[in-house]
Amino acid sequence: MLKIKNLSAKVDGKTILKGINLEVKPGEVHAIMGPNGSGKSTLASVIAGHEDYEVIKGSMSYQGEDLSEMDPESRSHKGIFLSFQYPVEIPGVSVTNFVKTAINASRKAQGFDDMPANEMLKKIREKADLFDIDSRFLSRSLNEGFSGGEKKRNEIFQMAMIEPKLAVLDETDSGLDIDALKVVANGVNKFRNKDNAIIVITHYQRLLEYIVPDFVHVIFEGKTVKSGSKELAMDLESKGYDWIKEKN
Amino acid sequence: MKFQEKLLYSHIAFEELFDVSNPIHEKRLKALKVFEKKGFPSRKDEAWKYTSLNSLINRDYALFPKKETPIELKKVKKFFLYEIDTYKIIFIDGVYSPFLSDTTHDGLDVCLMSAALSKFKYRKIIERYFGNISDNKDSLTALNTSYTREGAYIYVPKNVVAEKPIEIIHFSTGKEQAIWLHPRNLIVLDTNSQAQIIERHQSLKSHEVVTNSVTEIFTNKDALLDYYKIQNDLTSSSLIDNTYISQEKNSTASVHTFSLGGKIVRNNLNFFHTGERINSTLKGITILDGDQHVDHYTLVKHSQPNCESFQEYKGIFSEKSKGVFNGKIFVESIAQKTNAFQQSNNLLLDDLATVNTKPQLEIFADDVKCSHGCTIGQLDNDALFYLRSRGVPKKEAKALLTYAFANNILDGVQLPIIKKRIKSLISKKLGVNLGFDL
Repeated sequence: MLKIKNLSAKVDGKTILKGINLEVKPGEVHAIMGPNGSGKSTLASVIAGHEDYEVIKGSMSYQGEDLSEMDPESRSHKGIFLSFQYPVEIPGVSVTNFVKTAINASRKAQGFDDMPANEMLKKIREKADLFDIDSRFLSRSLNEGFSGGEKKRNEIFQMAMIEPKLAVLDETDSGLDIDALKVVANGVNKFRNKDNAIIVITHYQRLLEYIVPDFVHVIFEGKTVKSGSKELAMDLESKGYDWIKEKN
Repeated sequence: MKFQEKLLYSHIAFEELFDVSNPIHEKRLKALKVFEKKGFPSRKDEAWKYTSLNSLINRDYALFPKKETPIELKKVKKFFLYEIDTYKIIFIDGVYSPFLSDTTHDGLDVCLMSAALSKFKYRKIIERYFGNISDNKDSLTALNTSYTREGAYIYVPKNVVAEKPIEIIHFSTGKEQAIWLHPRNLIVLDTNSQAQIIERHQSLKSHEVVTNSVTEIFTNKDALLDYYKIQNDLTSSSLIDNTYISQEKNSTASVHTFSLGGKIVRNNLNFFHTGERINSTLKGITILDGDQHVDHYTLVKHSQPNCESFQEYKGIFSEKSKGVFNGKIFVESIAQKTNAFQQSNNLLLDDLATVNTKPQLEIFADDVKCSHGCTIGQLDNDALFYLRSRGVPKKEAKALLTYAFANNILDGVQLPIIKKRIKSLISKKLGVNLGFDL
């Protein structure tokens, strides 16, 4: 589904990624771990197509298609979703209206009509229940005045609504208390199936207790330095990142 | 002959045409002298540093409105708030249109300046209020006064709430290739009265029209005024709006200015306080493209203690458009406990778009709270990426962010129909259909 080979990327003239290798197949959950500043969020932005980031080496393909020249909205229409570490506040546009806009933009790009209003409403209700989201929350302005936890929950709610094929969750656990973490993880697990794939980016092993990965990759100084099974996350938790730093 | 000379020379004919015996005859003549002496403002005047009228005044205009050019209602319906019931004072090329209007004398007066100037029963009000708050030393105001004949006259008596909003609309048809209009409005809200007013200037076809309008508004004790200026004209039309508001104690006046189109638009918006506990609100959204130019020149003169003023203007400029915000707050030494706020935030979406923003605070009292701020920025790339990564195409994503930037100005709009109208004008202006009512 996603193939990244020896990828290097820069932003503002600074090379952040210096050799990323990653292959994700349908049905798999991959965890990407690494210390602060190692390039995890940059990788997420590059996969989703942030135009400030320039790919300078290597290749990145999704469902056999080269991603390097594709704009972010087209990636989204083809099923790539990024849950942001810092979601943006949009005053005056409600959560519901934004989700409608996003879904219908995607349908339009694929040549479908807008989703009928009743179908949309039903889906919104169903997914809101799944994430324990109050209907008043849905009529609030997108992310405006949301707590850190509400923002993350809203990101995952949007993911459930949009139903992507490849979801990249960038530090979705940060800012969540344990109860919110369980709700979010539960939602992600319900979303998980044999046809879609998830990349979980996190600092801590904690989230991986709830969203159990098939593979764990460690990024350090812009490179994938280690890949393994979920036990690798446990090793990291007990030994700390210094263990990786020393080895490199 | 230069247009300025024509204005002076034509005045005798103008007065002869429309009764010399008018009670404001003397005021007209005096005003003409002021204009004769000062002429049109130029960029040498500090107040006109960023806005030049040269492109407007170096050509000829028709000055005398002829008889009414009829227009079909269905052609102009969209410019009315047709979804709700309103009073209407409608002019076509400067001439009153009884067919399109809906005036009243039942409980309040919503009628014509020409009637108020000629009928004896209005004389007291005219003598008391006409020309008493407008700046008769200002050349453009003086020019308007010297040619005053027609406009809206609104008088809301003591304790009366105008039950319907009042629409004042000036259409220009393009029958004259170039026309200069001088609408003059007088609005008096007597003690404890209320009114909502919507003002609009609209060309129906591309032609040179310059409207030099003067509106005098008096809100007496405890009165409440809610005023909306919708400026979404064609790019061949210019507007110089001179609005003067005099507020008595405990009165509240709010003016929202939505500047979404026009060639050159200058909004001189002036507030004067004559009593305590007055509240003044000035808010605006400006969205321009092409070569459009909008200049907001505001003045709030705090002359009494315990009053508040609140100014917030948001501007969005693309292509080669130009914006100006000059906000003057004047606090006299007696005006202790003044609370004055002013904010001008601007988005520049293209390299050639410009905005000049200048706060001007002159404070002579020592126990006041006055604050001001201005910002100029661009759309946030990360925010744009956020929306695009959810599948929203670039153009729509930009529009959503732009709308989000301007959105809070609409919070203070009391009339839902205005809010709806402005939202749809904004999405049209931004060239997107967002698929939902914003």
